[in-house]
Order: sequence, then structure tokens, then C-alpha cells
Amino acid sequence: MQRLKPLAPILYILFLMLPIYWLVNMSFKTTNEILGSFSLWPQEFTLANYRTIFTDPTWYMGYYNSLLYVSINTTISVAAALPAAYAFSRYRFLGDKHLFFWLLTNRMAPPAVFALPFFQLYSAVGLFDTHIAVALAHCLFNIPLAVWILEGFMSGVPKELDETAYVDGYSFPRFFFRIFMPSISAGIGVAAFFCFMFSWVELLLAKTLTAVAAKPIAATMTKTASSAGYELGLLAAAGCLTIIPGAFVIYFVRNYIAKGFALGRV
Amino acid sequence: MAKIGLKALRHSYHPNPQAEADWALRRIDLDWDDGGAYALLGPSGCGKTTLLNIISGLVVPTEGRVLFDERDVTALPPDQRHIAQVFQFPVIYDTMSVYDNLAFPLRNRGVAEDRVDARVREIAEMLELSDMLKTRAAGLAADSKQKISLGRGLVRDDVNVIMFDEPLTVIDPHLKWKLRSKLKELHQKVRVTMIYVTHDQTEALTFADQVVVMQEGEIVQIGSPVELFERPAHTFVGHFIGSPGMNVLPCEVRDGGAFFRGHHVQVGEGVGHTSGARRLEIGVRPEYVSFAESGIPAAVVKVADAGRHRIVELSADGSRIHLLAPAGGAIPEGAVHVRFDPARTRVYADGWLAGREDAR
Amino acid sequence: MKTENQKGWFFILPVMLLVAFNALVPLMTVVNYSVQETFGNNVFFWHGVGWFEDVLHSERFHAALGRQLLFTGTILAIEVPLGVAIALAMPKKGPWVPVCLVLMALPLLIPWNVVGAMWNIFALPDIGLLGRMINGMGIDYNMTQQPWAAWFTVILMDVWHWTSLVVLLAYAGLIAIPDAYYQAAKIDGAGPWAVFRHIQLPKMKKVLTIAVLLRFMDSFMIYTEPFVLTGGGPGNSTTFLSIDLVKIALGQFDLGPAAAMSLIYFVITLLVSWVFYTVMTRDEAQ
Repeated sequence: MQRLKPLAPILYILFLMLPIYWLVNMSFKTTNEILGSFSLWPQEFTLANYRTIFTDPTWYMGYYNSLLYVSINTTISVAAALPAAYAFSRYRFLGDKHLFFWLLTNRMAPPAVFALPFFQLYSAVGLFDTHIAVALAHCLFNIPLAVWILEGFMSGVPKELDETAYVDGYSFPRFFFRIFMPSISAGIGVAAFFCFMFSWVELLLAKTLTAVAAKPIAATMTKTASSAGYELGLLAAAGCLTIIPGAFVIYFVRNYIAKGFALGRV
Repeated sequence: MAKIGLKALRHSYHPNPQAEADWALRRIDLDWDDGGAYALLGPSGCGKTTLLNIISGLVVPTEGRVLFDERDVTALPPDQRHIAQVFQFPVIYDTMSVYDNLAFPLRNRGVAEDRVDARVREIAEMLELSDMLKTRAAGLAADSKQKISLGRGLVRDDVNVIMFDEPLTVIDPHLKWKLRSKLKELHQKVRVTMIYVTHDQTEALTFADQVVVMQEGEIVQIGSPVELFERPAHTFVGHFIGSPGMNVLPCEVRDGGAFFRGHHVQVGEGVGHTSGARRLEIGVRPEYVSFAESGIPAAVVKVADAGRHRIVELSADGSRIHLLAPAGGAIPEGAVHVRFDPARTRVYADGWLAGREDAR
Repeated sequence: MKTENQKGWFFILPVMLLVAFNALVPLMTVVNYSVQETFGNNVFFWHGVGWFEDVLHSERFHAALGRQLLFTGTILAIEVPLGVAIALAMPKKGPWVPVCLVLMALPLLIPWNVVGAMWNIFALPDIGLLGRMINGMGIDYNMTQQPWAAWFTVILMDVWHWTSLVVLLAYAGLIAIPDAYYQAAKIDGAGPWAVFRHIQLPKMKKVLTIAVLLRFMDSFMIYTEPFVLTGGGPGNSTTFLSIDLVKIALGQFDLGPAAAMSLIYFVITLLVSWVFYTVMTRDEAQ
């Protein structure tokens, strides 16, 4: 029984890789071949799909747009969450527990509920079809998550650290940036990771708030699917390329995955 | 109950040990008598926990054999060796009550429920846990939890040996002595072989009849607490036991006499067996150093008050000597002379007591 | 401990502004729409709880809610035990562990529409590997035509997508258990099932609660993946709450009903999550 144990994770990983392999397979075929015949690997290997994506602005700008608003969102979310998490961790003030819970409820809000109101709101303030709009919209659920994660990590740092710094003559900003933040660097990494993740994968709000200028890759892909027939090969290639940033980010945090996933609270 | 024998034990955590340093246990040959109270004493990393885990079966030794009553158990897993172990921090089953925690080992072995009940109550009585039997174990204080851990070992009547791996580590200091006395009391009553691993000499010396001192994977000395104190077989033992530890001073041996910085020292033991040694030292405990009219010249550097006595630090030609003086009375200042009690002064060759036949 | 300091408000100001802007304003808009009726030209009349009554009594809403509950219940029943089982089977340390974790985490970072598209391509009977395989076994499988096939695919896709979250959380909880517990259990003669019941499961309680809470919330709000995969069909057999809501709100622009439905939807999510949250923090405080 002991020797069979690693079988379960291996089978599971194979199961996970199967659809991805199929996607990669398709990305190297022409749409004709996909529709015409069925094979486990490309009969006529082609890079045409990828070439289109790298040369056609409608496609590669999609990636650029997505990466841009995700980066903006991660930066804003973590930057705003840091002082807030510090306050929740170190201070007691009027309504703090209720506020904390209210923040978490936003993570529970179905995006579909906000699709229409967001459309109207962001149009009203003239931010429709901008990267900043999507970045701000994603703050709705990313900031609560970032605050929650950071607060967990900050509570693990003893208050004595703060007090020692004051006694040593540090001003608050200096203490925060030079002493405190390095001590929770793992937490900042985990929070940034999750903000990136949830912003990168979200489609509904991103699509609703953009049209052309800030159109994310997700929207470009769905447009291809619905208009003028299925350009499957192209779609597959585009999909494959969206997996890469994610893989990249996971690789970066691979050492923290086991621990960091506990969100500092386990 | 069983006699435990360790034969030619060596252990390394590396798959391919090359150097001496790769071995956690260098060579252990040891016999533990039935029903004794033993302590395994040594600094962190000396291999005592490894040795404990080999005895309990949690670790299989690289070389050597473990015998329980002449039976080779080296390859047997822990649950078949009839041992019990108490760990550094309390290990209890959170979801169960104190009663169920204590009953757990018996139930796993299919013992009849009425017998289980009798045993659990008996042990709970011994450990003063009777009034908490129905409480959930998770909510109790650390010392109660350790008692439960201990209890799980005591409920089984087939236990050969109970092992303790620094069990008082998480206990509050003011409760430590209580638990320690409890353990000693239990040993008197139950008479099971108990092996207590610790780096704290007080715990070891108060609990055990025989103390095994270890350093760097080897046994340095075995003896009763008194023997260890009075006649350390190794400078490490002398240094480690007692507070402050034994004075270890460089010396030379010439013409059948021992000399410290050119001054002759009357030595009780070891002078004649120093040939071939690279390093010679004199060992004498601060308790047996006293001020004298003549003798070894030294200068008083510092006096520390330790309550019942005072520790005087002196400097003699660059070496430091500690001396214990009674609480009251005057301490001479400046340049003085000290003498060592000859009966308690010995020569050590390369760390070992010179001339001691069973040094290892 | 924490110090009383009203300066705390100042620290949370950026967060409050950002979240309030995104939450309160839209919410007020939604509430506004939910109690008003319009006949066009931006003229609104008070409608009271009319829309709420309509929605709560509507067959369509009940159907969507029913589908949603069935979906959420099913995936929870599959993903949580499966995730825990895989976490238990993973080695506690060793060179393979980071590799395994990275590969397992991959599905979590794929944009949700790509997940839907990927499974679309994978499951279609003519061009998809899975589609071909199942049909090749003699089972007539076509998710664009058969509701059961659509459900099967949607659930399989979600399991594929999110089980790793449970695995990672459960694994984090498992490796936090000190070796001494396992050693003591061995000495006590406990078998593997007893070890699971009395040591592993209790120690994983916190992470599992987080996992169940997250999976409940997210599956209850699911939109993109099933939408891209099946479009809510065939017919409306896989039209879950979010999909239905967006259809009504952005598709039909029925602002009143959409708003009422939004609020009901939000309240349900809130209630269940609040229950979970209370249970979770109550255990933490203990």
C-alpha cells in the first residue's frame, strides 16, 4: 500500500495535464486540420497561429492590456492593504471588527451583481474602456483578500518589534518601510500572488468595462470564438499563451506555495 | 520489564557516511538494567535523541543491534516493542476526552472494556487526573497534557521501558519541579525502566539513579550523580556538571609530579599514566579550591554572589580559576594564593581521566 | 496587545475609499433599481417590493437557484474529499514536492475563459480528445445537445479547475503537523484510519473550513467557465444563477428584476458565508 501512495498525485497531475496538452496540440495545427482530421499530434506542424498573435496588434495588445491592468491592480491593492492591515493588526478602533467583516463580504459578492452597475458607474466617471477602470474594479475583491492575508502575517510579528524601533528613534514611516515590511516579505509575496491570480483570471468585469482601447486578451478570445466561425487553431494558440504568465508566477513563488497557501493563518 | 542491551551501535543520517562527523552515534555499547531510572545527559546535538529513538524503534540504526531481554528487536517497529515515549511537547488526541486519551492504547490492542476502565482510573489516580477524566483534552494546560502523554504509556501493563525526550521543555518553571518529583515518585511505585533524555543537569541528577553522559555521539561516562560529580571521567563531564563547572587547567608532568605554570600541584590521581598524551590538564572543582597562605599565586578578578555561596573568579598566569567561598566572611583581595584539595585533584590526558581503565 | 488608537481610521482610509467606491455606489444603484420601475426614457416610478415578489415567485429564478445549489453541492462533495485524499497521498518532503505543487497549481492561474474554451475544445465529440474517447466507448456523448453531458462536462471541468486549491490548502495544514504526533500514534498502536480520524483531520479543520468556504463562495458565483463552455445550455440546463442574472441584466436590460435578483442572490451568499465565517472564527478564538 505504501508504494501505491504516490500513484494518486501522479494520476491527478496526468489528469490536469491532459486538457492542457490537447490545447497545445491544437495550437500547432491549422483550423482546417483540426476540423478535418483527428490526431494526437499535429500532422502538419505549423507556427502560423502563433505568428498571427505576435504580429497582429488586436491580439498582442490584448496580452499587453491584461498584464497592464493586472499589474496596476496588484500594486494598488497591496499598497492600500498594507496600512489597513497594519491598523487591523495593531490598533483597536471604533468599529474595527465590523469593518473587517464588511471587507470580507465584498469578496463574497457575485461579480454578476455588479456587472451592470459597474458599467454605468465607470461610464459616468469617464473611465470606461481604460486599464485603470479594470484595475480599480478588481480592487473590490482583491483588496479584502490582500488585507486578510497581510493581517494574518502581521499578527505573527510581535509588537515588541514596533516598540523597540520607536525606542531606537525610528520615525513611523522609516520603521514601516525599513523594518516592518521586510519582516513580512513572505506575506507581501503571498498577497501579491493572489491579487495577480484573481485579477488575471477574471473575465466578466474585465469584459464589461472595456471595449477597444483596454480590451483584455480574454475578450479578444471570446470575440474570435463568436464571430465569423471558429478559428480554433488561433484560439488554442492564444489560450496557450495566457498560461505562460501564470506558470511564470507560480514558479517564482514555488517555495512559498506549501506554506504561504495557509495564508499565514495556519 | 526488560533488560535492554545496545551492542556496537552506530548511526548516521547520511546515506553514505564518509567522515567521522557524518555519524550521529559513533559507537555505543550499553546495558540498561531492568527497572532502573536512567538519564541521558548531554548538550544539544550529542546524539541522545537519536539513541532514544533507536531504542524505541522510531529509527533503525545503521549498524549494531538492540536487544530486549536478549531478544534482537533491531528490526521491530515501535508498537511491537512494548515501549512508551513522552515527547518534548504534549502529544494528545485533541478530539478525545482525557479518559479516551488514556484508553486509546488499550482499545487499539483489543483489551476488554472493563479492564480498560479499571486501568484508566488507576493511572488517572496516580497522576492526579481523576477529576478531569471527562474533560476534552485539548483545553488543558501543558503540564496536564504531559501527564496524559505519560499516562498513555503507563496504562499498558506490557511496557518494557518508558522513554522521556526532554518532557519538561514546555512546562512552566514553577511546575517543573512538581512534575519532576511526580516522575520520580512514579518510578518508585511502578518500577518500570525509565530513560530520561535531557540537556539539563538538574533534571538528570535529581531523577536518575544512573546518568549516562554523552558528547558528540559517544558515551563519556556512566555513573550515579555522586560519582559523576566527585570523579568525572572526562573534562567534559566535569565541565558540564556542576555550576560552575570543574576548573580545567593546563599542566605538565615531570619526574612523577604535576605542574601548573611551573608550580607543583599535589594530585590524587593520574600522574603515572600520562605517557603518549598530547594534552595534559588538571581538573579540580571550585568546591575544592581554597585560599591558602602559600601555593599557587593568583589574583582575584571578580566575586559573584550566588545566594548560598559566592563564586570567586581568579586569574593565574592567564588561566581562569573558580573558587567557591561561603556566603559570609571576607574575601581577600588582589594577589592571593590558592590550593587544591589533593584528593579531588586529578590529571586528565587528552580530556580523559589519566589511568582510568574503563574510561570508555 | 492592540492599543486603542483612533488613528487607525486614517490607515484604513485608502482601502475604505477604494472598496466603498466599488461596493457602496453600485450597491446603492442596484437597490435603487430594485424598488423602481421604468417605462423607458429614464423615467422611474416607485415599485416597492414588487420586483422582489416577482423574482421570488418566478419559476425561472427557482430553476436557476435549484441548478446552482445542485452544482455547488456536487462539486463540494467531490472536490473536498478528493483534494484531501491527494494531499494525504503526497510526500511530506523531498525534491518532487515543489514540482508536484507547481504542476497542481497551474490550472488555478489560467484565465477562466481559457478554461472554458480549453474544455470546449477538449470535450466536443468531433474534435475533442475526451469527446472522442467517451463516444469511442459506446456512450453517446455530446454536451451541446444532451443536458446530462453538459452537466457532466461542467462538473468535470470545475473539478479539474479547482480541486488543486483544496489540495494545496489541505497539504499546508498537513505538513504543519509535527512528526511527534505520528510517532506517538505508532507507539499507541493506532492504525492509518485512526491516525486520520484523530490526528490529521482535527489538525486540518481550520484549512478545510477555509477551503470549503472559498469553494462554496466561488462556485455559487460561477459565471465565465460554464458560460464559455456551454453558454448555459443546451437550452438552459446549465444556466446557473450568475449566468441567468447577466442574461437578464445586460441582455434584456430588465433593470428592475435584475436588480431584485441581484440583491436576493447577494443576501443568500452573504448568509451562508457569514455562518461559515462565524464557525471558523469561533474555533479560532477557542
